[in-house]
Formats: sequence, C-alpha cells, structure tokens
Amino acid sequence: MKEEQELFLTIHKLLSEQKLGALATNGQGEPWASLIAFAATDTLDSIYFATPKTTRKYSNLVNDPRCSLLIDNRENLASDFSNSIAVTATGVIKELDKSEKSAALQLFLNKHPYLDTFTQSPTCAFICLQVNRYNLVRRFQEVMEYHPGL
Amino acid sequence: MNLIPLSELNQSHRQLIGGKGYALGQLISLGYNVPPGFCVTTLVYDQFLDQTGLRDLITLELNRKNMGEMRWEEIWDTALRIRNLFLRMPFPANLKKTLKAHCDHYFQTASVVVRSSAGDEDAAGSSFAGLHESYVNVRGFDAIIKHIQLVWASLWSDRALLYRRELGLEVEHSAMAVVVQRLVQSDVSGIVFSRNPNDPEQTIIEAVYGLNQGLVDGSIEPDRWLLNRSTGNLVKHIPVDRARFMVCTDEGVTLAPLPPDKAKTAPLYAEQVNQLFQLAHNLEQQFGLPQDIEWTLSNNLLFILQSRPVTAKKTNSTEDKRGWYLSLTRSFGNLQQLHLVIVNEGLPAMASEAKRLDDYDLNPLSDHELAIEIDKCRVIYQYWHDVYWDEFIPFAHGIRLFGEFYNDTLNPFDPAEFILLLNSSDMISVKRNQQLAELAAQVKQNPELKAALESQDYFSPVCELFIEQLDAFFKEFSGLAWGAEICFSDRNKTIKHILQLASKALLRKEKENDPKIQQMVNHFLSHFQGEQLKFAQQLLELARVSYKIRDDDNIYLGRIESQLIKATELAKNRLAAKGDPDSQLRNANELIALLINPGQVPKTKRKKSKNKQQSGKLKARQIVGQPAVAGLSSGIARVVLNSDDLFEFKAGEILVCTAIDPNMTFVVPLAAAIVECRGGMLIHGAIIAREYGIPCVTGIPLATSRISTGDKVTVDGYLGIVTLDKKP
Repeated sequence: MKEEQELFLTIHKLLSEQKLGALATNGQGEPWASLIAFAATDTLDSIYFATPKTTRKYSNLVNDPRCSLLIDNRENLASDFSNSIAVTATGVIKELDKSEKSAALQLFLNKHPYLDTFTQSPTCAFICLQVNRYNLVRRFQEVMEYHPGL
Repeated sequence: MNLIPLSELNQSHRQLIGGKGYALGQLISLGYNVPPGFCVTTLVYDQFLDQTGLRDLITLELNRKNMGEMRWEEIWDTALRIRNLFLRMPFPANLKKTLKAHCDHYFQTASVVVRSSAGDEDAAGSSFAGLHESYVNVRGFDAIIKHIQLVWASLWSDRALLYRRELGLEVEHSAMAVVVQRLVQSDVSGIVFSRNPNDPEQTIIEAVYGLNQGLVDGSIEPDRWLLNRSTGNLVKHIPVDRARFMVCTDEGVTLAPLPPDKAKTAPLYAEQVNQLFQLAHNLEQQFGLPQDIEWTLSNNLLFILQSRPVTAKKTNSTEDKRGWYLSLTRSFGNLQQLHLVIVNEGLPAMASEAKRLDDYDLNPLSDHELAIEIDKCRVIYQYWHDVYWDEFIPFAHGIRLFGEFYNDTLNPFDPAEFILLLNSSDMISVKRNQQLAELAAQVKQNPELKAALESQDYFSPVCELFIEQLDAFFKEFSGLAWGAEICFSDRNKTIKHILQLASKALLRKEKENDPKIQQMVNHFLSHFQGEQLKFAQQLLELARVSYKIRDDDNIYLGRIESQLIKATELAKNRLAAKGDPDSQLRNANELIALLINPGQVPKTKRKKSKNKQQSGKLKARQIVGQPAVAGLSSGIARVVLNSDDLFEFKAGEILVCTAIDPNMTFVVPLAAAIVECRGGMLIHGAIIAREYGIPCVTGIPLATSRISTGDKVTVDGYLGIVTLDKKP
C-alpha cells in the first residue's frame, strides 16, 4: 500500500511539474509523435490537452482513439540516466464538448493561462485522455506500472 | 521598494526606477522644484507580469513569427495585441492596496501625470526618448491604474519593437518603471537645450503658452530664443504666429484658441529667459553634460519636469525607413488637417487626373507624340505615387488612433473588433463587386442567357440587355491596373468570370447596414458625454474616412498607372509592327528613344530570368500566419501571380497571393478562403475578406512558394494556420 502511494505521488509530482509531453498516435499503422501541453487531474485518471482540428494528430485520434503520452524530467545530461524519470500514460481519448469541458478547461488553463485564446477557437479540439495505466521508468531501467482508479 | 517617493530616490534605486525617475530624484536632491509624486518601480511591473501570467503571453505574441520578417503594420498589430493584454489583466489586489494609499497621500483628488521611465531611455548617447507613452491630466484612482498599465504596455509599443535590438528589449529582462506626479497648472511651458544641437555656441529656449504637450508633439510652434552660450546674451528671438495652446479638459488635454492678448505677447519676459539660461547652465555643470530640460511656469514658480543629456540627432540611412514609420504616428489635430487636405484637394485631384487620362485617346497620336505622352504619364504617376506615400499612407494612422481609443474604452477580447465599425459599402472596389454580382445574378436566373454566354453567342437577343449593362460596367471600371496588367479590358475574360460567379450556389454579398454594427457604434458612444462624446464621434468619422480612402486611393492610383501601361503597350505594338523583335521586352526609356528616333536601337542588357528556387525535399505541411478573418475552409489552392491567374480563378478555390490589391478584389467573392504573404489587420486582403466573411490568414511571407496551385489546403482563420494535404 505504501509503495503504491509512493508511486502515485511520484507520478503526480512529475505531471504537476512538467508542462509538455510527447503524444503518440496511430496514423493507419504509421506511428506519429507530437509535443503537446497537458494538465492532469489530481486523481491521475484523466489528462487534458488541446489541438487544432486541422492537425495530423487530431485526424489520427479521430480514426483511432488509443494513444500514449510520454512525460519526463530529463535535463539533457549524462546524469539523466540515473536521476531522471519518465512516465508513459496509456489510454483512450474522448473529445469533450461544450457542456463537458468547462471544469476541465479551467484546470488546463490554470496550468497554461497563455493558451486561453487558442483553446477558445472553434477550430481547437479539447481532449481528455482517459488513462488506463501509467508506466514509470527510473534508475535507468526500473519500470513500475500504476493503474489509476483501481 | 515597490513604490518610492520622488524625494527619497537615490543611487541605490538606480536599477528599479528607470532613467526619468533617477533624474527627477537627483533634481530634488539638488534643491530644484519638481512636482511631487512617487515612482512605481520595475519590481511592480515584474510582479504584475508574474501574477497575471502576462510574461508568458507576451513571449507567445512576440514569437508567433520572426520579427525580422514582419512588416510595420504587423508590428503594430503585435503591439496592439500586447497593449490589449495589459489592459485586460486585473490589477493584483495586493499591489492595488499599496498604490491606493500612496495616491491618497500625494494627490487626493488632484490630477496627475503618469510618465514612462524605462531603463536607459534618458541616458547619454541614447536617442530613444519618446518611444514610450506618458499621459497628462489623469484623474481618479481607477484612471491612474489604467494609465500605469498603458505606460507598461508602451514598453512593447510598435515604436519600441521597431528599435528592439538597439533597446535590448527582452521579455525576461526588460521592465518599465512609472513616475506618477501631481499635474502643475501651467501658464507657460517649454524646453531649454543648454547647448543648441544645431549650433554648439548657443543655448536655445523654446516656450509656448499652456502645457508643453503641444510643443513636444509638434502641434504648436514655439517662440525661440537663441542665446550666446558663454555670455547668455540674446542672439535672436524668433517669434511665431501664436494661435493655440494646450489646455486640460475633464480628462486629458486639448488644443484651444489662444486669447487675443496672449497671442500678441511673447510667452516669456527677458528676466524669465535669463532665469532659464541660468538654470540650464547650472544643471549642465551639476550633471557634467549639456542638458535638454523640460520646464513649466505656474504662478511665476518654475518647475522642472525633466532633465536629460542632449542626444545626438538621429541620422537615418536611406535604407532605414524606421524614421519614416515613426512619422506616421500623427496626433488627432494633425490628422484632421490632413483629412481636409486629402478629402478636399488630394483625392478629388487624383480622381480627376485618373478620369482625364482614362478619357484621353492615345490611338490618334503620332509616334513622337506618343513618346511625349509616355514620359508625361510617367511623371504624373510618379507624382501621385509620392503623394500616396507622403500623405495618404500617413492618414491611415487615423484608423490606428481610433483602434487604440476603442480598445482603451471597451477592453474587447478581440483587439481588432474596432474594424467592424469602419465598414463602408461606399468603397469603389465594393461597388464594382456589387455590379459584378448583379450581372452574375441575371445569369443565374436565366439559363438561356447562361447558355448563350457560354457559347460566346453575344449577339443573341437574350444577351442584349446583359451586354448593354456589361458595356456600362466596362465604362465605369475599365482601366484598373493590377501590377503591369490591365483588368477588365477583355470582354471574354470578364464574362468567364461572371459565369464563375453565377455558378456559385449562393451569391455572396457584402455585409451592409448590419444592425449589429449600429448597436456596436451606439454601445461605444454610450461611454461618453459632452465634449468627450463629440471627440469620440469625430475620431470614428476620421477613422471611417481613413478606411475608405485606404481603398479608393489605390484604385485611383491604379487608374493613373493603367494609362502609363496603355501608352507603353501601344508603343510596343507599333514597334513590333515595324519589325522590332525585342519590343515586348523594352522599358519606357527605350520605347521613348525608339519612338523619337526609329533608327537608334539602344543596347540593353537583359537579366536572365532565374528559375524558381527549388526547395529540395522540403515540403510545408502546416504554416502559421496571423488570423485575419475567423472561419474554417478547405479547398484547392490557386496561387495568383498575374492577371491571367486571376481570370482562371474558379469558385470555391483558395486564393493564395502576395498581396491583394483593391484592383483585384473582384475574385474574392469566388474564394473559399484567402492566404496572403503580406501581414497586418488593416491590409486590403484582410479588409475585403472581412467584408465578405471569408476566412483569411495573412503574414505568411513564403505562402506563394510553399503552396502550389492544385494543393489541397485548409485555412483556419481562427488560429491563423494553413494546413497542406497531399495533392488530390
């Protein structure tokens, strides 16, 4: 129990501190990675992000809602191998409509206030990644799995 | 350390109080009379930015595009957006509380001056004074807060952004201090240069009645006294026609007629001239450098408003057009005068010149006469081209002035909202497009007419009325030049264009008499009363005229240019008929020489046309510009580089071009969206797209090379993104 809590807190801290992550989507068999700004809920079961609807990542997600998001704290130093941690969140996305998004959008804008105008555009989709599991990598190759909500 | 009384400023505060604040602190410590007040240090600016998240927003704004690639108009848009952000951000409560206590202590209900005090603006050798804003006669705590925000925003003004490299302007490190001082009720004000920048042997004093704003912004010519710098003896007094002076209104300042007794009398007595001479030389000794001093006299008491080292005159090289750009910032009074000149003289003269040239038949001219006509047209065109740059473009600043005033009043979410109030269905290009739309409507309603036109059977009885109206259209609108081509000179091409228009499911019409716009105007004007209401109405009217002229002057200039093109085309054809194989490639000088002296063929070096630069395997997938008109559209791109491309334009295509000229806007109703290399919310492309409600992205310098005719393109006018798909 104690170990689970420690894992939860480590992931929570990383997701709170980091502003950007690399989103992996599926473009009809072709993997596609994109850098995105995100914000996670306190329970870690949802991660929100925004994207213009004209982008490749959006059309990929419309065709296949499964995706993963890599978030890490590397500093581009040799010590990253031992000191940095990386989390991969895996799940399924859902585009939020007007009625669903107000609280989520507020959470997102608290972290990224400069994206206010961007998220207000009718051509910008606001998306919730419903996370099934987190994989945490640290100390070079140690990998732990965490399932939110279980 | 957030707020420091002017009387307590010293060397230890140097980094926090800016150049002006520091100089005022020194003046007080030396015993000079300075209006009381306090300095809002750069720490407050930093806290405001950090607590509101504004620092990140400014960074985003400044990095939307490489500023080196921006046109002046785009830099103004950026500055306007940043200004809007400063005004829309709530002032943090903790800072507000401290500020309120200081304002109550120093000013109670008195009027104040809110002045910029940037890093090194007044330091020796720096010639950037005046790039930032100061506001005179600000009343009440809320107004003081708003004007502090406006002064902060002016750290990022278009003028400052233009000189960003020289100023070392950076979001992380640059900050602005603000000086808030009690307003002195000035009887006479002016400037002293302890050393005349134009004559090192002299001291120069300039003086006007009332506040010195009129002198500083150039709207009032001052009396001048030139004095021997060593002895103080008067070399010369240069009086002027004194007609107006700057006075305080309920809020702000205005020019008022000078009472006759003052108009007859110089603003300074001999003793006062001496007193100012002494002051200037004392300050020069104390600061160790020749000084440029702003002063004011109130009830015979002399106040110093500012003292800074005399800076070298700016020398702008011919390539550096920034000086010209700075001159575009005109005052309301100056613009009103320019308005009268343009509306009563410039524009009618330009229109009648255009008509005179249109009516002049070149065909009967002999070769010699044609050569003279080409030369004449060239001189006429150059003259009007210069008038356009020197008077008409600066007049467009009326739109900017209104834009800032509107945003200051309403704090709208969209800083470009004010443009909606300027729409005019009275513009020539709009009238032309309306007539084309009416012709297209006839074709759409009458299948027989459509069939006859498609088979070019123009003599069919069903075409009679249509052709009559088309001829009337030609008479009114032929001879509008675009680039080196003449539009609407070819009946077949024009009919083809009308058939395209008629093929659209719904004929797009300009938005006219929209009740929503009138509601917006009423809402805007409801914020004012009395003199302020009159000013707001005048400013709106001025901006509307600016906006309309911005289109019409281009049309007239296009007509004048088209006569030059017609004359040169005629000359080329005549020379070709006489066997000159190079006639189509000849420039005006060669044509004139050959027309006058047929035997003398000048040798010409022709540049080989370069192949379009290959961009290797680079392929743009998504390009970012400025969102000019909101909306989302997809379609096939047509890159328009010449008039043939224009007449090839099909309904539903995406128009991609360098810059939309008012003379080519007739294709706009056919376009599903517009992408333009030139940027700025006031450029013609943006204006006309807004009229028709077509999504538009501007300011993509490489749009015409990154996008090819036939590409499938999606234009997101909300976010300013153009996405290219693979070719269909």
